[in-house]
Amino acid sequence: MTLFRIVAAVTAAFFATSAAAAVLGRDDARHLLARTSFGATPADVDAYARLTREQAVERLLSSARTQTVTAPPAWVGEQFQFRALKGLSPDERQMIQRERRQKGIELRAWWLEEMRVTPSPFTEKMTLFWHNHFVSSDQKVRVPQLMHRQNALLRRHALGSFAALLHDASRDPAMVIYLDSASNRKAQPNENFAREVMELFTLGEGHYTEQDVKEAARAFTGWSIDRDRGEFLFRPFQHDEGSKTVLGRTGNLDGDAVLKILLAHPRTAEHIVEKLWREFVSPTPDRAEVQRIARLFRDSRYDIRTAMRALLTSDAFYAPQNRAALVKSPVELVVGTLRQFRFSTGEMLPFAFTTAQLGQNLFAPPNVKGWPGGEVWINSSTLLARKAFLERLFRSDDPGAVMRTAAERVPMKGIGAVDNGRERFARALAEVRFDAAGWFAQLPPATDAVQRVVLAAAPVTPLPPGTTGLEAVRLLTQDPVYQLK
Amino acid sequence: MNKRDFLKTIGAASVAAMFPHAAIAAPGSAYGNLLILVELKGGNDGLNTVIPYAASEYYALRPRLGIARDQVLQLDQRTGLHPSLQALMPLWQARELAVVQGLGYPNPNLSHFRSIEIWDTAANSSEYLSDGWLGRAFAQAPTPKSYAADGVVVGGADLGPLAGPTTRAIALTNPEQFIRQARLAGQSAPLRTGALQHIMRVESDVVQAAGTLNAEYAFRTEFPRSGFGNAVRAAAQVVATKAGVAVIKVELNGFDTHSNQAPVQARLLRDLADGLAALKSALVEIGRWDSALIVTYAEFGRRPRENQSGGTDHGTANAHFVMGGRVAGGLYGEPPALARLDGGGNLPHTLDFRQLYATVLQRWWSLDSQGPLRGRFAPLPLIKA
Repeated sequence: MTLFRIVAAVTAAFFATSAAAAVLGRDDARHLLARTSFGATPADVDAYARLTREQAVERLLSSARTQTVTAPPAWVGEQFQFRALKGLSPDERQMIQRERRQKGIELRAWWLEEMRVTPSPFTEKMTLFWHNHFVSSDQKVRVPQLMHRQNALLRRHALGSFAALLHDASRDPAMVIYLDSASNRKAQPNENFAREVMELFTLGEGHYTEQDVKEAARAFTGWSIDRDRGEFLFRPFQHDEGSKTVLGRTGNLDGDAVLKILLAHPRTAEHIVEKLWREFVSPTPDRAEVQRIARLFRDSRYDIRTAMRALLTSDAFYAPQNRAALVKSPVELVVGTLRQFRFSTGEMLPFAFTTAQLGQNLFAPPNVKGWPGGEVWINSSTLLARKAFLERLFRSDDPGAVMRTAAERVPMKGIGAVDNGRERFARALAEVRFDAAGWFAQLPPATDAVQRVVLAAAPVTPLPPGTTGLEAVRLLTQDPVYQLK
Repeated sequence: MNKRDFLKTIGAASVAAMFPHAAIAAPGSAYGNLLILVELKGGNDGLNTVIPYAASEYYALRPRLGIARDQVLQLDQRTGLHPSLQALMPLWQARELAVVQGLGYPNPNLSHFRSIEIWDTAANSSEYLSDGWLGRAFAQAPTPKSYAADGVVVGGADLGPLAGPTTRAIALTNPEQFIRQARLAGQSAPLRTGALQHIMRVESDVVQAAGTLNAEYAFRTEFPRSGFGNAVRAAAQVVATKAGVAVIKVELNGFDTHSNQAPVQARLLRDLADGLAALKSALVEIGRWDSALIVTYAEFGRRPRENQSGGTDHGTANAHFVMGGRVAGGLYGEPPALARLDGGGNLPHTLDFRQLYATVLQRWWSLDSQGPLRGRFAPLPLIKA
């Protein structure tokens, strides 16, 4: 009798385990985390390795945030004015521009710090994705407070409703300035915003006509900004009240009506899902899968979580041929390395320059289409700069000393020189530290443990047998595979 | 007769047979002639650059933006240049500057990204090609193995017309820095994902180029202190190394002037002209002016009618510049047909931009153009015989 019960219990237990979906295991957990955050520590990988695919994705989605954990710079809430530089003396002008540049640098450092310390890096990845979709650049907007406001908006909606995000982002003051929406008047519509909202934000190129653009521009007339408060303002006298036809729908359409028409078009969900695919899964979206997920997305009233859940639990996401198939963006490379190896840092200021040098100046994408990403991140000069950055981080026991000298040679292109902050800059670099002993202590005892947690695939140059510790980390981070996720 | 003329009189094929070393860089033979592309990113407003100042339609369409007749730098009775291009006038007077008008293509696309793709890949408006026209040219007629690279892109990451599966191209923001860090690149290895293959190729380009590019020439020419001035200086350094490249591409950004065009374009055109004048001076210093051809291009021109924001929207046909020691200076193509705007208010093109490319391939490099351009396009008589 007892033997029968024991056998029955064991059999039941066995079937119970098989009936439950398989747990991720270390490699798939690392892959999921690498793609959805900025680099997973060995401890993170362990925690997720015990979960099933569905459980892991739920955990990611449920821990998403709508606000940052780090406080933004104090000036974001300050009143500002659209100062016309024209009437000012050269000295005053220079002072204002310097102040603006300084705030811009602080904003970048703040966001990088958030990415580094947040308990939900997935939230920041999604915010960064939307920043690259609903593009605005401080090079044109020139009001740091407005850039912060847009960033907060993108984060609020990052895993919420795309429909709400589209409506809000279109009216966001930074966006209105960036796309000249405020210059769109009844007598002479400005097509810029109408074109970009169709080509880039919703349908994608080729699914509308020039006539649609012209008509939509008329619908958006009257959209403007209150220059004193930096708020969206609708100017009824500038609005063209006439009948318009956009994508086959006719009426006295206003801006919101056009956005609704765009959301009703099946192509919009597909376009967004394709972009998400290229960011998270592989460079080549699977047509059938995209259509399936797009339908889910649309049916859920554009709930971004629904789309992400479908993408991150799909077989394509975990397919072997899609490992190491995507290139890490400069921000992923820099923040990812700092997070994965648990570097302690001072200010993130120097790293804002690094990502810009590598081609990704936060808050300043090169044009309205955003950073193209993928292989474009890697050319001969950026590859060298990426490897040099990694070499510096891991070169010695005192990476701070090395970073200090290297910083003198880093061109401050695109951000502008640090104003009276040379000392601050050097101090920040001096505080960068890698606790190698502490990091290695977390690893499982296997001989290939370092490689399996650091790289998305086997290195091009295999580690010489017996290589361990910091030397292994140096070699692996210099391997081409480290540039990939 | 001199070597250059001799090479010209016999066919390219026989040259290779009789002079096996002719493929190696020698001004006058194929890739020994350098091409310098200047991309005016954003779509420069050609109508305010090369100005039909005698046409009343011009001022009717541009009551605010039109350049006043007495400001225009007159080239002839009907056409003149924007006053910011003053630095190009000596080139015009020396008949080394060709102004090519009405460049465009059938069924123009007004999206930046699609249109520059069309220009870069020399595609028809409805075709989607992935290789640049120069990438295809190099695939058909490779540059000498001793060359440091087929092309060097200065100041940008995008290879544009140079993109191609076999193109050896280098993106360079600063040659000095480039060389200092070159020792970090490794060797090639087994290929895997597309992304990994790409990185491997970039690494091997770096290794090869680093060994041959050294930029130490001390120019007497003074380069403008601007972003474009720096790019042009870097380009001049690459030419000065004698390491061998067929193409150098530089770019100037900011031409998408939907609003506030007047001061923005004035500044950009001034940077452009000052930079190109300095480039000529540098090339003359190292004896390369007669074997260099500078060509500007952009994704499109802009709308003839100004908008209400003091700017212009996306347009179509455009005017571009070709200059060099062997250029037959003058006006080419037809002035803008302001009375024949299409339904969208845009200019019809009167020259296909691929004719400009055909001119480079056939007349500058003595190569077949039909293969790379996937069709027959008549070259323009821009190069002095």
